[in-house]
Amino acid sequence: MSDSQSIFIKESTLTSADGDQRQFIRTALGGYYKNRDLYKARYRDWELARDAASIAKWSAINNLADVLEKFVSKFESNGGKVHWARDAAEARTIILDLLAKANAKSVIKSKCMTTEEIHLNDAMEKAGYGVVESDLGEFIQQLRGEAPYHFVFPCMHLKREAISELFTQHLGTSPTDSPEELTTIARRHLRKLYITADVGITGANFLVADTGQISITENEGNARLTAAMPRVHIAVSGIEKVVNSVGDLSVLLPMLATAGAGQPMTCYNTLYAGPKKSGERDGPEEFHLVLLDNARTQLLADAEQRDALHCIRCGACLNVCPIFKNIGGHAYGTTYQGPIGSVITPHLRGIKDWNHLSGASSLCGACTDACPVRIDLHHHLLQNRRNAAKVVPNLFDRIFHRAFNFVIKRPSLFAISGRVFRRTYGLLKYLPVPYLRVWLKSRDLPVIPSKSFRESWKDSNHV
Amino acid sequence: MRVSLFIPCFVDQLTPQVGLAAVKVLKKLGQEIEFNPIQTCCGQPSYNSGQWEIAKESAIRSLEIFRDSEVVVGPSGSCVAMIKKFYPELLRETKYEQEAKKLAQRTFEFSDFIVTQLKVTDVGAILNKKVTYHDGCHALRELRLKDEPRKLLRAVKGLELIETEEAESCCGFGGLFSVKFPMISTAMVQVKASALAQTGADFIVSSDPSCLLQIGGWLSREGKVIRPLHIAEILAMGIDHV
Repeated sequence: MSDSQSIFIKESTLTSADGDQRQFIRTALGGYYKNRDLYKARYRDWELARDAASIAKWSAINNLADVLEKFVSKFESNGGKVHWARDAAEARTIILDLLAKANAKSVIKSKCMTTEEIHLNDAMEKAGYGVVESDLGEFIQQLRGEAPYHFVFPCMHLKREAISELFTQHLGTSPTDSPEELTTIARRHLRKLYITADVGITGANFLVADTGQISITENEGNARLTAAMPRVHIAVSGIEKVVNSVGDLSVLLPMLATAGAGQPMTCYNTLYAGPKKSGERDGPEEFHLVLLDNARTQLLADAEQRDALHCIRCGACLNVCPIFKNIGGHAYGTTYQGPIGSVITPHLRGIKDWNHLSGASSLCGACTDACPVRIDLHHHLLQNRRNAAKVVPNLFDRIFHRAFNFVIKRPSLFAISGRVFRRTYGLLKYLPVPYLRVWLKSRDLPVIPSKSFRESWKDSNHV
Repeated sequence: MRVSLFIPCFVDQLTPQVGLAAVKVLKKLGQEIEFNPIQTCCGQPSYNSGQWEIAKESAIRSLEIFRDSEVVVGPSGSCVAMIKKFYPELLRETKYEQEAKKLAQRTFEFSDFIVTQLKVTDVGAILNKKVTYHDGCHALRELRLKDEPRKLLRAVKGLELIETEEAESCCGFGGLFSVKFPMISTAMVQVKASALAQTGADFIVSSDPSCLLQIGGWLSREGKVIRPLHIAEILAMGIDHV
């Protein structure tokens, strides 16, 4: 068992037994479901919109090299500078170099999961840069020294009292349970930092190839300040975020908001096209974009699961996932939690260490139905299981299934085994029979029948 | 029609009454029933565990078992989904591909068969009870069956169907998932079964006997009075023996 797997088993065992926390998450998502359905109903045809959104992403992903090239040349003709990063280490080095060249003293960041993926904050802190997260949820998680719980709602697991206590402890403010006051506290604290920061780091929701712009979606206005106020703007994005044209955003932006957050549109949707031009008064002097591969091209080469690169990181699959709702976001131990995380993490970080996430699913398919870009999520979990069985064979599993197959290939042996099981169940239930004992820990079996279906069928002379 | 029964392995051994009820209902509807006793398991446990080579053997065996069938009907959304959706996938680019697709086309989940093939919604059942319905994930999301079982239930005389918001949420069974990740599986069934129990219904009905093992197993352990019943068992109520 890999370390990540034993941690997952330990964590998920603890969290799935925490009824209060599970109920809290369920209640927190209750408002989302209501609003999501309300705004979904405003689409003339939600399913058709899903087709359109998935085609927009499909056509970019299936032509990725050309579309990226087009984007980069446009982006650079707008005055931006692109930096290619093969992996997390390369991306960190590029960003630290940019910070050094900019002679940065302080850095402000807006929400960006790609920087979580490359563990940028750690690297910046080690290199001596002060960095502050400006998204409220991320700010709270940074103060707690904890990874985001959900890649769209980073602190959805926290009650207001916990946030108030955190602010009192770190910012010296008086306790409050008003969400408005808590937001104001964070805002006051952060405003000064936008002005003093030398560098602003953002993510990107979409890279628009025909205009060379990057599209950023947010609800708090913090990303605009992060991108606009400091001297230097560094955006960090995975290469799969590219779309063909600005027209694609007409379907992708509203669907991102509705599917992921239950909003008709996210509050702020901004297109950024290069640094301050001569004669302009505002904007950064330099605009850098770090484009990250980090195994995405490997996933691109997998025709079966390539559509996982369609993901627009809306979080809809997490919000409907019964596994996520019962174990919570931290148990996964991944940057991307929930079904999409379970699908892509084995590709991004190795199937050996991360295949257990694909096993930890009842394959209910709620994620696949919720995905606005039609990623075949739960079937990809099945394919990951198949791939894992080849790459990291599990001896118990192999013996179990070979033995099971030996029995089911032989109808009379199957019938006899069944009969023996039923006759001896009264005893078996007290013995350490693999799987049976685990089942019986929390569940009963039905009253064991004296006759199987096939015996009844034979006895009633149907043959 | 000549109906070849497809009885899931665990129904055969643990809940044979489901299969017997299905026979009773289908006979009442004038169908000729056959059961080939060389059938055992469809191979889904191995398929879901990533052991696709082993599952392929089961798929090919099933093709042989049902080779001469006119229609195949099974009282389980999950096992029927294995034949309808996953056999063609498993046997893609093999010499069995076409046969797997053909078998998929003539295989039906029990309630789907009655409503869409026999075009019957009132089978003549009578039951003065309140029931709530659990959508098994495979029936709902692989086979897209939502209205079919409900049409049948609504036509049962005296029966009241109580819908819940949790009807579509997973019970947490997931085959071997239920014993490989028992804590998560149990947390899921707790949410699901508690919501169903709160409806005040007498029975929890589903077209998936495997979900009913999970839901019923938990309810029984928790000492709740509400009982699981397969839709075939409901439809067999009040039907005279044929």
